[in-house]
Amino acid sequence: MEHPPRVVVLAGGLSHEREVSLRSGRRVAEALRDAGCVVEVRDVDAQLVPALQAEQPDVVWPLLHGATGEDGAVRDVLDLLGLPYVGATPAACRMAWDKPVAKSVARAAGLRVPESVALPHGTFRELGAQGVLAALVERLGLPLVVKPARGGSALGVSVVREAGALPRAMVDCFAYGDVALVERFVEGVEVAVSVIDSGDGPRALPAVEIVADGGVYDYDARYTAGATEFFCPARLTETSAAAAAEVAVRAHVAFGLRHLSRTDLIVDRDGTPWFLEVNVAPGMTETSLLPQSVEAAGEDAGTLYRRLVEAATGASGAEQAPTEPAAPSGV
Amino acid sequence: MPPEGHQAAAGSRLDRWVDTYAARTRGMTASEIRALFAVASRPEVVSLAGGMPFLSALPLDVVGNALARLVAERGTVALQYGSGQGDPGLREKILDVMAPQQVDAHPDDIVVTTGSQQALDLVTRIFVDPGDVVVAEAPSYVGALGVFRSYQADVVHVPLDDDGLIPAALEETLARLTREGRRVKLLYTVPNHHNPAGVTLSAERRPQIVEIAKRYGVLVLEDDPYGLLGFEGDPLPSMHSLNPEGVIYLGSFSKTFAPGFRVGWAVAPHAVREKLVLASESAILCPSSFSQLAVATYLETHDWKHQVGVFRELYRERSVATLDALADMLPAARWTTPKGGFYVWVTLPEGLDATAMLPRAVTERVAYVPGTAFYADGQGRQNLRLSYCYPTSERIREGVRRLAGVVEAELELLETFGGPGVPTGLASGPGGRRQVQSPSPDLT
Repeated sequence: MEHPPRVVVLAGGLSHEREVSLRSGRRVAEALRDAGCVVEVRDVDAQLVPALQAEQPDVVWPLLHGATGEDGAVRDVLDLLGLPYVGATPAACRMAWDKPVAKSVARAAGLRVPESVALPHGTFRELGAQGVLAALVERLGLPLVVKPARGGSALGVSVVREAGALPRAMVDCFAYGDVALVERFVEGVEVAVSVIDSGDGPRALPAVEIVADGGVYDYDARYTAGATEFFCPARLTETSAAAAAEVAVRAHVAFGLRHLSRTDLIVDRDGTPWFLEVNVAPGMTETSLLPQSVEAAGEDAGTLYRRLVEAATGASGAEQAPTEPAAPSGV
Repeated sequence: MPPEGHQAAAGSRLDRWVDTYAARTRGMTASEIRALFAVASRPEVVSLAGGMPFLSALPLDVVGNALARLVAERGTVALQYGSGQGDPGLREKILDVMAPQQVDAHPDDIVVTTGSQQALDLVTRIFVDPGDVVVAEAPSYVGALGVFRSYQADVVHVPLDDDGLIPAALEETLARLTREGRRVKLLYTVPNHHNPAGVTLSAERRPQIVEIAKRYGVLVLEDDPYGLLGFEGDPLPSMHSLNPEGVIYLGSFSKTFAPGFRVGWAVAPHAVREKLVLASESAILCPSSFSQLAVATYLETHDWKHQVGVFRELYRERSVATLDALADMLPAARWTTPKGGFYVWVTLPEGLDATAMLPRAVTERVAYVPGTAFYADGQGRQNLRLSYCYPTSERIREGVRRLAGVVEAELELLETFGGPGVPTGLASGPGGRRQVQSPSPDLT
């Protein structure tokens, strides 16, 4: 590319995570500018399509969290417009975005996945909540994690330690969406592993270990600087760290992701990594995990992001296939 | 603790000063609720959350011309430092603005501040030590609660009803606090068109409240940004008019003119006023000369009383639209009937939690402020505040229609999961349900 890459960063949108997306967008735009790109940040609204058609940027970087951004819809539109973009294709997004589907994909790829049940509100209404909740506790045990089947930033997520608290957790969860995922709680070290692929195969960055002050890495703990202690690289044995990295790379490949992803894991007492979810549009804010991993890897964020932009150039989602992992091996 | 065999390493908190902050800063965190408000600014969302005056009703061309003249003709004064107490000309004019509320004062008794929010801060700063008690209505203005919290005051709420703060309840609370040996420094009250409750302290109760406060030696902080925005009749006499030595009166141009100028004021007894000026000088040197002269010019050259009348009529219409829409579409709820100001306070059907319901409301493209924002002690889950000042009557109706759908869905959920008996307080984590921890322009 002879001229500096012209990038449109998409941030904002109408999801519950609008605020986080705006912060991610600002940070990435700043880093890309430092690396010599020409960057414009745009919200997702009725002006977007005509603006993209008029401007014809070299690359679009969707930094939209939550629905539309992560469910593949906006990327479908970018494909329609023939515009290349950073990140996963719509089909891959749809698999990762829906947590129950994602768990099946991960399980099929041979990853350890905590047992869970996904149920829509209607099921509880039709069958009676009491019986279904009791069966959930009986089957999965306590504590339990209740989370919306779709969505991020820990919005609507509760850790339930006693059965009496489960109905409230369900009500809180259903405020964010119609399907709740109830998952067995895995005791262990909370870890996030970011995977980067700028054209030479996916590679895992150093894992970030998360120790939230309140014990739960909820919204406040995520976005208040100082409220969480991060260890990067994570305080894992070499074997566990390698296993965690491998899970993240395998998830990236199994879902057919491109350029970047972040896999959230729990490493249990035996050192076994459990797959929780994979994010196609990981947070890029001041307190987010992927930027911390980039820094711990001794890389410059702007330079790395520019490489991702360049990797995305010239190949729209419909055309560019995901790459093979750098070092595939079993977990 | 890392599991056995793990390597020891130093963690990062992404804030190297995390152990350096003052104790009063520790409660300041990101909040899920505030994050949800980010969506409220999008035009697709009917925001019944923010108390933003409807500035499109202002003669902006007239204001613009006046500002241009101000800079051209008096720029060296308007853009210069000014008096810590505020511009004497503006203080003179403020007397006229307060006349309907019968605030009888001398220009020297007035301290101009950066919005009345700064006056709240200054009064709290000069009176409240950590652990002192501030008595406030239940519910109370979120911005005031934020100030009291930042000075580590202990806020004790006293209930109000359709006639405002309840004298017997105040008496009982003050008696109890006295018995307990607590130091009560202030009674904070919004007597006219209360934010968020939408009620007005009745004429009968005003002398009673003032007398009780006097008897217990408690200074009254009378916050009156909405006094001129009553829909019918003249404003009631201020509490200040009943006991000027025992009441600090706060006024503001934010609702009657424009909040962007950030001009408010305090009227205080002589000795208190001296300390307010010193405290203000140490905080900001002086209020904005430009803003003060802009306001003074507006008062001088424009029929501001007529403009307040325009606002009043506009807000009256919108309050009627809100009340009608509630009656048509949300009959299961209860609400207050404002006689002025910006707000209706809604009580949801038994068992509903307005905070937990907010994400669903945002999904349905309607926003409100959950009641918990207006309490220092976690009350208010069943309440929410609707602001009718900014959206048109048509949009208000659409917003209430969406809200009614949200309430219906939540009632259905509640029924599924065990009715009103579902305990509250878990939210997303062990820290308890989120509260709005500091004021924001979305909430004022």
